[in-house]
Amino acid sequence: MIAAAGRTARRRRAFTRGDRLTLALFVGVPIAVHVALVWLPAIATILLSFTYWTGIRYTDITWAGLANYENILFSTPAFWDALRNNAIWVGWFGLIATPLGVLLAYEIDRQIRGHRFYQSAYYLPVVLSLAVTGIIWNFMLRPDGFVNGIMGRDISNAVSFFGNYDINIYVIMVIASWRHIGYIMLLYLAGLKSVDPAMREAAALDGATEWETFRKVILPTMRPVNIIIVVITIIESLRAFDIIYVIYGTSAGLPILGILVFQNIAGEGASMKGAAFAVILFLLSIGPIITYLRQQFREDVR
Amino acid sequence: MSAPARGSQVAKDRVISTFIGVFAIVWLFPIAWTLWSSFRPYAEIRARGVFSMPERLGVFNYADAIRRMDLPTYLWNSFAITAPAVVLTLFLGSLIGFVVSRYSFKFNVGMLLLFTAGNLLPAQLVFIPVFKAYLQIGDLVGNRRFLYDSPWGVVLIHVAFQVGFATFVLSSYMKTIPKEISESAMVDGASVFRHYWNVMLPLLRPPLASLAVLMTTWIYNDFFWALVLMSTDAKRPITSALGRLTGEYVTDYNLLAAGAMIAALPTLLVFIVLRRQFVSGLAWGATKG
Repeated sequence: MIAAAGRTARRRRAFTRGDRLTLALFVGVPIAVHVALVWLPAIATILLSFTYWTGIRYTDITWAGLANYENILFSTPAFWDALRNNAIWVGWFGLIATPLGVLLAYEIDRQIRGHRFYQSAYYLPVVLSLAVTGIIWNFMLRPDGFVNGIMGRDISNAVSFFGNYDINIYVIMVIASWRHIGYIMLLYLAGLKSVDPAMREAAALDGATEWETFRKVILPTMRPVNIIIVVITIIESLRAFDIIYVIYGTSAGLPILGILVFQNIAGEGASMKGAAFAVILFLLSIGPIITYLRQQFREDVR
Repeated sequence: MSAPARGSQVAKDRVISTFIGVFAIVWLFPIAWTLWSSFRPYAEIRARGVFSMPERLGVFNYADAIRRMDLPTYLWNSFAITAPAVVLTLFLGSLIGFVVSRYSFKFNVGMLLLFTAGNLLPAQLVFIPVFKAYLQIGDLVGNRRFLYDSPWGVVLIHVAFQVGFATFVLSSYMKTIPKEISESAMVDGASVFRHYWNVMLPLLRPPLASLAVLMTTWIYNDFFWALVLMSTDAKRPITSALGRLTGEYVTDYNLLAAGAMIAALPTLLVFIVLRRQFVSGLAWGATKG
């Protein structure tokens, strides 16, 4: 510790003026860009969520206290619908899509026959823009699309996959999973590369089946990656926006939190209720964000 | 392991492989179906059903899409946003990563935390003030479209968000580079800048390549920021433009399919050619929020 401090002091003394300027720029420029465009706006949005404002003249901003939040909680039924849909999203991703991605990664990592092709096939949807994904799934699910065709229905009696409120959240979940499973698979595959193959061989020698090896050897050693994947699953489910926007636009076709923010802040009828929605979204993400940071900085912070 | 147990595992593996294989086909099917439809006229499908045998097959929808949807312009817009955003993100990320991993300042961990946490914030949380600030800065310099409705405004917000991930990956990679390399540079009396530029940067090629591939697909595929920070449709990247085109060409889905395939082509090519970079990039970062 003392030696380290001594070295630092010596190094610091050795900095010339030019070096000090270089270091200041190296640190200062990225921080300035990041803080000015991410953190300051985030703080400003939190403050604005306690005001009334139409987003045009600064002099029109008036203090609202908790009114925007009260409005959301007590007189905006869409909020509760959105919360329910986001909860379904978290549940579906957490219980179905993410575990499937993990299992897929495990099998591909074992180099089963065709593993190279499988890896590419399952990841392919992830490299497509959601704008493209929307068009592709429209081909499958629209009234004169593939699925209605297979079911023997034509436009007159077609199932409205996007319009039927009883099923559309699950239709969206299928489309979102099409992407999410591949993403989780590749993330987990990246993590599995660091597992010592000797451990797996040892388990095999002990007569463990593959399922036992996965449960008792792989899952415990992958704990850090498991935490990261759970956190990412939750964060992605909370801030979902693009796929719904592509399919429904800003209409209330399927309310989720990310869309409610957008409805209230974009365009002519801006109100700071949108800011309050954004803050609620942020509050829900704080837990996962902190878990993520604790995992990633475990060795740095004691 | 006894012979029968190994034998049953082989049998099981065959079942698993078949199962995963069948689903891989299911996975690719929506893309294949859209691709197939893009070679057929929509009128034919309207008249004779989705499963009708094709009478006309060809790239006419593509030729039409390129001409009528003005796709070359939108592709160029995408390129003009993605390329500078990726280069700037990696450059700024490498600067912070370099300082954090090579010099022991007290605020190093705090700085990394700031960037990584910022990367995870929902975009909706920062939108209103960024939008207002862009307009305000535009008024200050006497050109309303200085940042708002300009590719540079979109580039900047991408850089601000993504720099966190780049910093995280690059700093963890640099921590694995032996300190001796830096120490010999310092003994030689190299300046901080030479230490960064001549010593460290050349060693960063592998993670920079992987990050460049990942970021290119993320930034190219995004359409939220261009949608909200640009008002002139002709300036928007192709992903944002697809939204408007969807509304405009609902009467000819197959033309739209051709447009979507063209929009997907750049990232598909990057993925097919540089597949390995995706895994290694994610392995270095462990994750992205």
